[in-house]
Amino acid sequence: MVDITIRKRPRTEAVVTQRKFFKKTARGKVIKVLRERYLRDDVGCGIQNCTSCDNSTADILPFSGDTNHKSFPEGHFVLPDTNVFLSQMDLMESSLFKPPIILLQTVLEEVRHRSIPLYNRLKALVRMDDKRVWVFYNEYRSETAIIREDNETPNDRNDRGIRKATEWYNSHVRLTRPIIRGQATPKFPTVVLMTEDAANRKKAEESGIASTSIRKYISSLPETVAAQLLDLLSSADENVIEPTRAAGGRQALYADYFAESTLQAGISAGKLHKGHFNASTYNYLQGSVSVPGYPKPVLLIGRENLNRAVHGDMVVVEIFDEAKWGVEGDEVVDQEATLKNDDAADSDEDEENDDVMRQEAKAVRASEAMAQQKEKQPTGRVVGIIKRNWRPIVCHIDSSALPSSGPVGASSASTLSTQTLLAHPTSTLLPRIRIRTRQGPALLNKKILVAIDAWTATSRYPDGHFVRVLGEVGGEDAEREGLMLEFGISYGAFGSAILGCLPPEGDSWVVPPKGDDDVWKSREDLRELTICSIDPPACQDIDDALHARPLPNGNIEAGVHIADVSNFVHADTPMDTEAAARGTTVYLVDKRIDMLPALLGTNLCSLRPNVERLAFSAIWEMTPEAEIVNVRFTKSVIKSKAAFTYEEAQLRKDDPKRQDELTVAIRLLNTLAQKLKAARMAAGALNLASPEVKIHLDSAESSDPIDVEQKEMRETNSLVEEFMLLANISVARKIWEAFPATAVLRRHLPPPRTNFDKLKDILQKRKGLTLDVSSSGALADSLDLCIDANEPAFNTLVRIMATRCMLSAEYFCSGSVGRDTFGHYGLASSIYTHFTSPIRRYADVLAHRQLSAAIGYSSLHASLHSKPHVERILEVVNRRHRMAQMAGRASVEYYVGLALKGRSEKERQGHVTEEAFVIRTFRNGLGVFVSKLGIEGLVMFKRDLTQFDADNYTVTIPGSSAAVPGGEDVTISVFDKVVVNIEVEKDKNTQKGKVKMSLVNPVDSKKL
Amino acid sequence: MGSRVEIINDGGFRSDGRRQYELRDMTIDLSQQGIADGSAIITHGLTQVLVSVFGPREAKMRSQTIHDRANINVEVSVAAFSTGERRKRSRGDKRILELAATIKSTFEPVVQTSLYPRSQIDIFVQVLQQDGGLLQACINGTTLALANAGIPLLDFVCAVTGGVHATSPMLDLTLLEENDIPHVTVALMPKTGRVTLATMETRLHVERFEEIFRLACEAGKVIHAEIKGAVRERTSGLVGAMGVGPRSGKGDLQDNEGMDEY
Repeated sequence: MVDITIRKRPRTEAVVTQRKFFKKTARGKVIKVLRERYLRDDVGCGIQNCTSCDNSTADILPFSGDTNHKSFPEGHFVLPDTNVFLSQMDLMESSLFKPPIILLQTVLEEVRHRSIPLYNRLKALVRMDDKRVWVFYNEYRSETAIIREDNETPNDRNDRGIRKATEWYNSHVRLTRPIIRGQATPKFPTVVLMTEDAANRKKAEESGIASTSIRKYISSLPETVAAQLLDLLSSADENVIEPTRAAGGRQALYADYFAESTLQAGISAGKLHKGHFNASTYNYLQGSVSVPGYPKPVLLIGRENLNRAVHGDMVVVEIFDEAKWGVEGDEVVDQEATLKNDDAADSDEDEENDDVMRQEAKAVRASEAMAQQKEKQPTGRVVGIIKRNWRPIVCHIDSSALPSSGPVGASSASTLSTQTLLAHPTSTLLPRIRIRTRQGPALLNKKILVAIDAWTATSRYPDGHFVRVLGEVGGEDAEREGLMLEFGISYGAFGSAILGCLPPEGDSWVVPPKGDDDVWKSREDLRELTICSIDPPACQDIDDALHARPLPNGNIEAGVHIADVSNFVHADTPMDTEAAARGTTVYLVDKRIDMLPALLGTNLCSLRPNVERLAFSAIWEMTPEAEIVNVRFTKSVIKSKAAFTYEEAQLRKDDPKRQDELTVAIRLLNTLAQKLKAARMAAGALNLASPEVKIHLDSAESSDPIDVEQKEMRETNSLVEEFMLLANISVARKIWEAFPATAVLRRHLPPPRTNFDKLKDILQKRKGLTLDVSSSGALADSLDLCIDANEPAFNTLVRIMATRCMLSAEYFCSGSVGRDTFGHYGLASSIYTHFTSPIRRYADVLAHRQLSAAIGYSSLHASLHSKPHVERILEVVNRRHRMAQMAGRASVEYYVGLALKGRSEKERQGHVTEEAFVIRTFRNGLGVFVSKLGIEGLVMFKRDLTQFDADNYTVTIPGSSAAVPGGEDVTISVFDKVVVNIEVEKDKNTQKGKVKMSLVNPVDSKKL
Repeated sequence: MGSRVEIINDGGFRSDGRRQYELRDMTIDLSQQGIADGSAIITHGLTQVLVSVFGPREAKMRSQTIHDRANINVEVSVAAFSTGERRKRSRGDKRILELAATIKSTFEPVVQTSLYPRSQIDIFVQVLQQDGGLLQACINGTTLALANAGIPLLDFVCAVTGGVHATSPMLDLTLLEENDIPHVTVALMPKTGRVTLATMETRLHVERFEEIFRLACEAGKVIHAEIKGAVRERTSGLVGAMGVGPRSGKGDLQDNEGMDEY
C-alpha cells in the first residue's frame, strides 16, 4: 500500500504559503481567489551524488558540471530564463548545444502560459536522450519559493524567482561539497543564469550571481561549434542586442495591433471577430477568415489589411462597413512574379518600397473595381493576433538574391560575413522569410528549414532564422523529407524502448498451440473457417479478412476478421505512446511511414494466408436479404485460406466454372454487399468522388515513375468496403453502449448550406441543373441527375467539386458532444467509428481496446475511462490524419510532375497534351482540372485582353486577338472542356519542377 | 481542453505542491464555543467548518420525537463569504439540504441513539471557508463535535475524498481538482473498517472506483489517527485542569488504551 501522510503547513508560514488574488470570470465578475501551497524540502536538485538531496529517481546533472567552456574552468550548469526558451528554442534543441541545463518550474510555467507549442517542444527537450535537462520545482522548495511583492509586475517576480533559484543552486553546490582538510579543495561548478534581459543581468551581477547572454555564451564556445550555433540564433531579439538602425527611423508598413484588452473587449462586444486565417493559394495579397455570425468568410485584401497574418494563425479581424465590402479577387497574383526584384537586405528602404507598393496596389485595386457587380462578401482587416501558428517551414534560397552580398547593418561583430537573404517557402500560402546567415553560398540549391521569429510593423517580411539543411533541391530524398516536415510527420526510426515492446521471438513468433491460457483464454477457434482477404496488389499490411457461409436455418453467417493489434500493443507502453503520437500510417507514393514497427504491421498482425493469426472478429447472422439478425464480437484465431487482390477476386467471382468453397463464399459476400449498399444508398448515403490516381513506379529500386493512371473501382472493392462499414457501425453501437462517456467514435457533420452556394449557382447558370442540398439523401439524388450526355466524366467532376464543399470527418469522444451530432453525413449512418485498420490507424486501436472491454475479454485501461485523456488523444489523431492526407496528396502531386516530365521527354515534345475541365475562371486565367492525371492547374493569359463575366463564370477572348483562329469571339466558361499543354518547367532559381499549363484549344493561350 | 492548471505535473507535484497521496494540513480546535454542548472547528487546507452539537435534549416538537431512540437533527448553513464569489445561500437550498441529509444518514448508525429515547440531538454545521472536500470536513467536524459533547458513538467516522486524474489516483482534493476530475467521498469507521458513506457526483468507472475506494479507506485511517490525537489532547488537558489525572498534554498517543471509549 502507498504511504499516505498529512502534509503540515505551519501557520507562521502563511505569508509565503497562501496566495490571494482577484480573478475576472468570463462573465466579467471579479472574484477573490485564495490558494495555498505546500513548501517542502524534498525537491531534488538533480545533481549526481548530491549529499543532501534524494535524487533517486534520476540524477541527470553531472557532478562536476560541464567543463568545456572557457569562461567557467571549474565547470558549470546553465540556468536559462523564460525568454531564452521562447525565442531560441532551435538553439536549445541543437545537438551541438551540450551543457547541462537546469530548467526552473517558474520558467516552464511561463513558457506554458505564453505558447503551448513551445511548451510541448520544451517538454520533448527535457525527455531527449542526448540532453541533460533537470526540472527543478523551485516554487515548491521552501528556500526558493517567493511571493510577489507590492508594485511588482508578474514578470519582475518571476525574474526575481529565477535569480533566487540560481543563488540557491550556487550555495547548494558549495554546501554539499564540504572542504575537508588534507584533501584537495573540491571544485565548485558555477550555475550560470542565461538571460537576454540586460536589466536582469545587472541585478544578478549586483547580488553576485554569474550571468551571461546567449550570444556571449556561444561565442566563447570552441570555434567550430560557435559558428554553427550562431546561425541558429533567432533574430527576434537582435535589435535589442546590437541595435543596427534606429527602429524609429523606419517607416511603419503595417498598423500596430490593438492591445490585448481592447481585443478581448471587442470580441465580447461583438465588434471584433476571432478566427483562423487562411491565405489564398491564388493570390498572396488575399486571405480569408471564417467567423461565426457571417455566412461567408471575411475577406482580407491587401498587405495592410492582412497585417502580418500568416496562414493558420488565430487572428482577430475588424469588419469594414458594408459599403466597403467586396468580392474575392478574380485575378491570380503570384508572389514570385510580383516581387521578383525585391531584395532582402534593403527591402525596407524607401525608394524600392514605393515601387513594390505601386505594383501591389494595382493588383488590389483591380479586384476592388470588380466588387461593385457581384454579391458582396464582408471584408475586413486584421487588428490582432491571438496565437501564431509558426512552425518550421521548408524553403529554398533564390540564387538571384545572392550577389547582393556583403555585410548588412552593423553585424560586423561576427567573424564570418553575414548575409541577409529571402527564403522562399515551398508552399504558396506562406510569405517569404528574411533570414541572416553566414553560410549564404552553401545554401544555394538546397532545401532548408527556416523558423519564423518575429514580424515587426516596420518590416515587409517576417524575420526568421535558419534551422538546418534538408538536402539538394529536386533530390527525391530532400523533397520527401521536406514534405514530411511540412506536414509535421515524424518519420524517425523506432527507438529501442519501442522495439523492446515487441514479442521477443521476433519474426519467428507464432500462435501458441491451443491450450496456452495466456493467448487462448476465451478466444474462439476459427481456424477451420474459409476465410480470405481481399486487398490492393502488393499489400503487405493485411488487416482485414472475410468469410461467409450459409446456415442450416436459411440465413447466412458473415464475418469480418480484423488483425488483433491490441494483443501486441498494450496501453501505456512506449510503443503505444509512439503510435498515439504518430496517429496514422502515412502513405507517400514511394514510401510508407509506419505507425507501428514493421514486424507487427507486415508480419505478426498481418493476416497472411495459411498462417495462424490472432484476430478480432465481428460475426453477423443475416437473412438472405442482408438484414441483420444478430451480431457478436469475439477474439479469435484464424487461418486465412487465401490473399486475393481485388482483380483476382473479381475474376474468380466472374468465372462460372469455379465452384470451390472460396469462390462460393466470395459470391455470397458479394450478393450481401450489394444489398447492403442498396440499403445504404436508400438511406441517403453519398457516393463521393475524389481525384484518385495511381502512380506506376518503374521498379522497387529506382523510384522513377513511369506513368499515371486513374484508380479503377471493381465490384470487389465495393464488397470489402460494405463489410468494413458494417463492422464499423456495429462496433460503434457496441462501444457506445458500453462506454457512453468515452467511446471513440467518428462523425461527419453535415456541411453548412452556404458552402454549396457557389457550386449551385454555377450548375444553375452553366448547365441548368439544380442541386438539392437539404439533406444527404437529396444531395445524393440530385448528384445522380447531374449528367451531361456527351460527357461521362462530367458527373465525376461535379462529385469532386461537391466533395470539396463538405466538411471533413473527425474522431470524437462520445461524452464530449451531444448525441444528436454523432451522425455520419456521407455514410448516412447515425453512429460510426473506425475499427477495421488497427495496423495503420490509432483510433482503431482504441476502438479495439474498448470493444475488448465491452465484451468482457479484458479490462479497459484506466486512461480510456478518462474523457479529457481520450479527447486529447483524438485531437492529435485528427490532426495527424489530416496532415497524412495532405502529405499523401502532395506526394502524388510531386510524382505526377515527375511522370509528366518523363512522358514529355519520351514523346520528345517537351510537353504533354491532355483534355481538361475548367473549374474556375479568373480575369486573367482559368483554373483547370485534368481528370486523367488528377491534377489541378492554372492557365494564365499573358495580356489583359479578355472580358471577364464574373456572374456567368465566363471569360471571353475577343475575336480580334491573334490567337483566335476564326476571328470570332471565343467564350470559355466553367465546366467547358478544353485541351491543355502541360509541361514541367524547371524554375531557373529554385531548380524546382513546376507544372505549367497552357491552353491549346479552343484558343492558344501562348499567342494571346 | 481542460483548465490551464496542470492537475499533476511531470515531477509528480499537484498544483499546490503536494504529491499524490499527501493530505492537506489539518487543524482541529475543540475549545468551547458559546453554549453548545460540544463543538469543533476543523480545517482541511483552506476548507473550514464549525460544528456545534446540542443535546441530547428534549425534542422541541412532539411530532419529531421517536419513542425508542433519539432523533438526530442536522442543519447546515454556508457563510456567504465562504467562497471566492460572495453568494448567499438560503436554508432551503437543495444542495444544503442534501448535504445535511447526507450527514444525518452517515451518523444515524454510529450514534447510539437508543440510549436516549424521545430526545433530540441537534448538529449545526457552519461552513466558514470552502476549498474542496466540504463533505469530508463536515463529517470529520461532526465526529469531533459529537465526541466533544460526550455523546456515545460506536466509532469515529473519518471521511476523505479521493479522485483520479488520467491514471493517477490522488487524495484530499482542492476545489480546483474537484472541478476537474472525478472524485469519491468515503466515510469510514476505522475500528471495524466499515464504511458508512460512499458518495460521488461524477462518473467513474467501476474498476477505477475500487482502486480509489481502497485508497480512501487507507487515508481514513490516517485521518483517524489525527482526530484521535486531537481528542486525546483535549481530554487530557481537561483532566489535567481538573487536577485528577496525569498532567500530560501530549503523551504518546498510540499505546494509550483508555481512549477507546470515544
